[in-house]
Amino acid sequence: MRTTARKSRRAMTFAVVAALATGLLAGCASDDDDSSDGGSSGGAGGGGKTTLTIGTFGTFGYKQAGLYDEYMKLHPDITVKENVTTRTDVYWPKTVTRLQAGSGTDDVQAIEIGNITDAVQTQASKFVDLGKEVDKSQWLDWKLKQATTKDGKTIGLGTDIGPMAICYRKDLFKKAGLETDRAKLAEQWKGDWSKYVALGKDYMKKAPKGTKFVDSASSVYNAALGGESERYYKDETTVDWDKSEGVKKSWDVAMEVATSDMSAKLKQFDKAWDQGYANGTFASVACPAWMIGYIQEKSGKAGSGKWDVAAAPTAANWGGSFLGVPTASKHQKEAIAFTKWLTAPEQQAKVFAKQASFPSTPSAYGSLKPKAETAAYFSDAPLTQIFSDSAKTIPSQYFGIKDQPINTAITDIGILQVEQKGKSPEQGWDAASKEVKDVLGQ
Amino acid sequence: MTVSKEALAQSASSAEAAPSDKEGAARGTHGRGTAKAPDSWRSRLYRWDMKASPYAFISPFFIIFGAFSLVPLLYTAWYSLHNVQLSSLDTQTWAGLDNYTNLFASDFFWNALRNTFSIGLLSTVPQLAVAIWLAHMLNYRLRGSTLWRVVMLTPYATSVAAATLVFALLYQPENGMINWAFDLVGLDPVNWKESDWGSQFAISSIVIWRWTGYNALIYLAAMQAIPADLYESAALDGANRWQQFRHVTIPMLRPTILFTVVVSTIGATQLFGEPLLFGGVSGSKGGSEHQYQTLGLYMYDQGWMIGNLGKASAIAWSMFLILLVIAAINMLISRRLRKSQ
Repeated sequence: MRTTARKSRRAMTFAVVAALATGLLAGCASDDDDSSDGGSSGGAGGGGKTTLTIGTFGTFGYKQAGLYDEYMKLHPDITVKENVTTRTDVYWPKTVTRLQAGSGTDDVQAIEIGNITDAVQTQASKFVDLGKEVDKSQWLDWKLKQATTKDGKTIGLGTDIGPMAICYRKDLFKKAGLETDRAKLAEQWKGDWSKYVALGKDYMKKAPKGTKFVDSASSVYNAALGGESERYYKDETTVDWDKSEGVKKSWDVAMEVATSDMSAKLKQFDKAWDQGYANGTFASVACPAWMIGYIQEKSGKAGSGKWDVAAAPTAANWGGSFLGVPTASKHQKEAIAFTKWLTAPEQQAKVFAKQASFPSTPSAYGSLKPKAETAAYFSDAPLTQIFSDSAKTIPSQYFGIKDQPINTAITDIGILQVEQKGKSPEQGWDAASKEVKDVLGQ
Repeated sequence: MTVSKEALAQSASSAEAAPSDKEGAARGTHGRGTAKAPDSWRSRLYRWDMKASPYAFISPFFIIFGAFSLVPLLYTAWYSLHNVQLSSLDTQTWAGLDNYTNLFASDFFWNALRNTFSIGLLSTVPQLAVAIWLAHMLNYRLRGSTLWRVVMLTPYATSVAAATLVFALLYQPENGMINWAFDLVGLDPVNWKESDWGSQFAISSIVIWRWTGYNALIYLAAMQAIPADLYESAALDGANRWQQFRHVTIPMLRPTILFTVVVSTIGATQLFGEPLLFGGVSGSKGGSEHQYQTLGLYMYDQGWMIGNLGKASAIAWSMFLILLVIAAINMLISRRLRKSQ
């Protein structure tokens, strides 16, 4: 009895140790893979397989649209591996340190629009000039300009852009006695975000129990700001965030939302926000094209046919990314070819079909078709039409080097204080100012 | 097994004996008045081995410590005296003590320091008190005591991320389970994310939940080392369980309590994961009024969100100095306690 007990205990210990050890070894092994890949392809000309890694954040939709599989089928000697970091704010610092160390980067790195100026101004030497490799006229002018340095080096190719629309719950609008036809709604708020907010006040008068008009004041702010020609910087050297007309106008609209109880007070991309979609706690949301896929995923089957899409008050852009090839990439040639292929109009159209991320290459616009399922989900709204109309008139915006932290200071400090803590708009602005000064080191 | 043990013992005793033998021999030769015999190559090697080997044996720790703790520590100090941006690590300009003076003039820093202490107190005090109470309960004969001990340790084994995500859902202002329970008993809902004390309490509760079992096991181990006759004689004197706990258990546990206080204080000063994840998106701000931004979060925000590595390094060093001060205070207190005993 004794001995068997001891034996089984020993076996148990052995099992635990073995499990831990294999775990550790597995961790090491995956690291080894990366380095040995570099070595093998360097030595072998065509025999060995080349592994291309692509670093992305959030959901790019390439995997979902089957683009990696397709590329591997077209190029049997290449294996594609995607390294996803969910959060942009974690992804970029990590990427920057690796770029500067000159090692550890992926062969292709995605760059978010909020970081593109940072990349252009400080990391340009660490990226391959992709402008020489492609026909630059394929892209929207302003999109290309954002990724191009002063001396004409294009460090990233545009992927999607975020033309704006309003997604709304037809059923909730109806219950609150509002118009539900998308064309008439678009007409009602055309030209000015404060008209959209005014409609929100009407909604709240007869709002179905437990629902609000919008998800958050910050989302209205971001949407409105995306339609202004000036953000936080006038040009490369002048930060004029507190004098910018665009910021002031967008702030005022956001304050109207924050002080009139029409917001569900959620923070975008928080878990609670996702639940808000699932439970239908807000009736409308400023809706860049990439949000379409998100809504479908989070609202689930129950939301199908209840959502509709109408043109936004102003043509605006929110978000969008680029793909760049670091000079530290061990397979530069293959990586460039891969990036060219991924960002080509045909591939962008495929991502739109699956994920509704909107192409930055206008020649794709003629052939855009969302999946039948997606169209049905949004009450057969003409998604292609709405988003391409918006895309064509988006003003060109300059993103400053600290654009992202400044934006965070305004939305997550200034607006949130007014929205959640009942502070006055002046107090909120002061708090945001203090924060921005800290960001800029003033 | 036994054979190798004997061999070990033998070698150990011979190793201890060796130097004295040698000395004796040397003295002996001196005593005879002859010239000092030149050490043989073998014995010199042997002596060298005796001196150097222990260092070689402990060196892995110190090499790793040096490479991964000391060098970064000193490098951080170097950074903290420069203007360094995350986006251009190659260009550093000398800033002297500017980063520190900026830091000490900044409200955000003092706010973070205050929060670190208040969250630290809110989490450490109840956590240790509950841990002692739990350990005391477990110290009695219980059926399935191993099971209880394992259960107590499970929160500690849970990852911070998983635990915090669950708690964040429970503490949601709308649709959260805690506010729902508040509603049932007729209390007003609390905005756990944005209110000052509410958010700090929520974060403390995550820390308490994770670490109480861990500390309870440490206390339990110490309690079991307390001789049973102390309790017996106390019982003979008519002390009830509470009196036994107060007059026997607590005094005997004093060194252990001090140890857990030190460890928990250091943990509280470095609190980072829980508030970051609790805040969700842009969690490094610690709420819209920085109401739960700890020093760790402030450092992360400055360094990785804003990209101001010089200032972040200055925060890191300030934290380090604060920890040294805390350690010194702890030492003073423990010395006092030892004297008073």
